[in-house]
Amino acid sequence: MNNERVDQIIEKHNGEANSLIQVLLEVQNENRWLPRQALERISEKLQVPLTRIQHIATFYKAFSLVPKGRHEIHICMGTACHVRGSQNVLDAVKNLTGINPGETDLDLKFSLETVNCLGCCALGPVMEIDGQIHGKLSPADTAGALKKYE
Amino acid sequence: MTKTLITIDDKEVEAAEGMTVLEAAQSVGIAIPTLCHNEKLEPYGGCRICTVEAEVNGRKKLVVSCVYPVEQNLVVRTRTEKVNRVRKMILELLLSHAPDSKQLQDLAKIYGADKDRFEKEASFCIHCGLCVRYCAEVKKKNAVGFINRGAKREINFNPELAVKECWNCKECFPLCPTAALQAAYVFIEAQISSTPSFEFEKN
Repeated sequence: MNNERVDQIIEKHNGEANSLIQVLLEVQNENRWLPRQALERISEKLQVPLTRIQHIATFYKAFSLVPKGRHEIHICMGTACHVRGSQNVLDAVKNLTGINPGETDLDLKFSLETVNCLGCCALGPVMEIDGQIHGKLSPADTAGALKKYE
Repeated sequence: MTKTLITIDDKEVEAAEGMTVLEAAQSVGIAIPTLCHNEKLEPYGGCRICTVEAEVNGRKKLVVSCVYPVEQNLVVRTRTEKVNRVRKMILELLLSHAPDSKQLQDLAKIYGADKDRFEKEASFCIHCGLCVRYCAEVKKKNAVGFINRGAKREINFNPELAVKECWNCKECFPLCPTAALQAAYVFIEAQISSTPSFEFEKN
């Protein structure tokens, strides 16, 4: 993401320091992560110290300071999914993608994350990829589900 | 300015409106232990060691005196059994982070806190925020800040700023109630010296 695009986003929020989180969210949405150069630009334009931006960007889980893959896998580890075997689903996905929760694979295809409840416990165990829900998964189903994503 | 009459440890105290309980107590020489408090900085309420018992309308509650504003007819007790118990617990928890801190050990002696009560979690930082706030409020440099949250929260120097500003300042070092700050700085120093310096000048 280049500085011009960051500037446009800042412009949209009238360069106000109190819309810092909104600006960060938009950069995160478009770029999937917050590169240092973008944070420095935001810090300069909004007159917010970089340490403060760093504090906020590491506080909220919505932000990432490391590159994310093209597809974000969320595996529900909530109580209902847990008793329905979400650990086995997680293990299967870990094997297939070769990454642990919180990591991204080398060709930036997948990022894996565990979450605590996706709110559809009746479908457990649930895996969400890019907002799309895959429910009632068995470990064997995960391979098929992951294959659809490039 | 209107005066507010409050009672601290059976002593009548006249406090100015907007004052905190801690300030009112200090104005008449009643000692309340503090860790994260510094007159130059905004009240923070981070360490909770200045907890006192406040009685409003006949109801008692525990409040943090460094951020609790005075109000009419407030009755404050700074050394009740309950307060002492709470402070002892806070000290024991803080000591599990920084067992070697002189300031904490002195307080522990007063309140009979056992530094080995909880398992050691030697991060050395008790998150009082003195360095972070001093750098932001007094020096206005923001070279050091917090990162992460909850149990993972820690102080972090911004390397580029640290290399420019911190060498000649280091005013936050004596503020730190533990040795964490210095340790963090030494760490960043080591990181900087292990990276070729031209990399930082380029930016």
